[in-house]
Amino acid sequence: MVHLTRRYRFSAAHRLHTEALSAEENARVYGKCNNPLGHGHNYVLEVTVAGRVDPATGMVCDLGYLDAVVEQEVIRRFDEVHLNLDTENFRERVPTAENICLEAYRLLQSRLDGAGPGGEVRLARIRLEETNSNSIEYFGERDNPGAARKVR
Amino acid sequence: MIYVTRRAEFSASHYYHNPQFSAEENRRIFGKCNNPHGHGHNYTVEVTVAGEVDPTTGMVLDLKDLKKLLEQEVLQVMDHRFLNREVPVFATTIPTTENIAVEIWKLLASKLALGKLHRIRLYETPDLFVDYYGD
Repeated sequence: MVHLTRRYRFSAAHRLHTEALSAEENARVYGKCNNPLGHGHNYVLEVTVAGRVDPATGMVCDLGYLDAVVEQEVIRRFDEVHLNLDTENFRERVPTAENICLEAYRLLQSRLDGAGPGGEVRLARIRLEETNSNSIEYFGERDNPGAARKVR
Repeated sequence: MIYVTRRAEFSASHYYHNPQFSAEENRRIFGKCNNPHGHGHNYTVEVTVAGEVDPTTGMVLDLKDLKKLLEQEVLQVMDHRFLNREVPVFATTIPTTENIAVEIWKLLASKLALGKLHRIRLYETPDLFVDYYGD
């Protein structure tokens, strides 16, 4: 089993605001990110797939396929848009880095699980960098391979 | 349990080709990477060792030893080489990032005096890397 990671980039605007909180609470919880006019980030998306190395090709997954899926499902939706206003994905949810990471995982899982020569590839991790200092990782319902090893 | 990682860089050339595929299939599957003259990358390898902190030294292992091991077992073999022609294992195994990471694991796993090899991470470019945990 080998984990292969590819990094992608998209730039988007967002505003952190929820109708569930009062204006004051929104301002307190989200601080500068609550600015009604929004603000933007250069996001880095890391997509990790896990699978067996195909002995015929030496590869886990066709990178052309991976690039095409990420482009269709994530980059085309989220690049150069206002996430709150221009996408359907964040009508009900605040586009925090956490929620963008979870949404990218959801969008990619059905396209990547079962890919590869023997259908054994699976989406293992999404990591989203919002800035050089902030990043979010999601492993789905499965464990972080590092954490799993620690328990053994 | 604590994890210690050491990073090293090497530069090498390679190409992807499976003699069991036709010339056309090789071009279709491997694209530009099928050029028989090879092309190169600056690879970054990260070796992560898991272990307990020795209460006397405060260390899992001597990082100098890990550096030396990495130089002897990996860099001397792969740095500034044409992997397909000059590293025997890649005469029969395609030197993809995946296979190079697995090979580095094999070169190092049995040679650590202290700690247990936990992960090999190999960057082919800053935007593409492979992790191998030995299973």
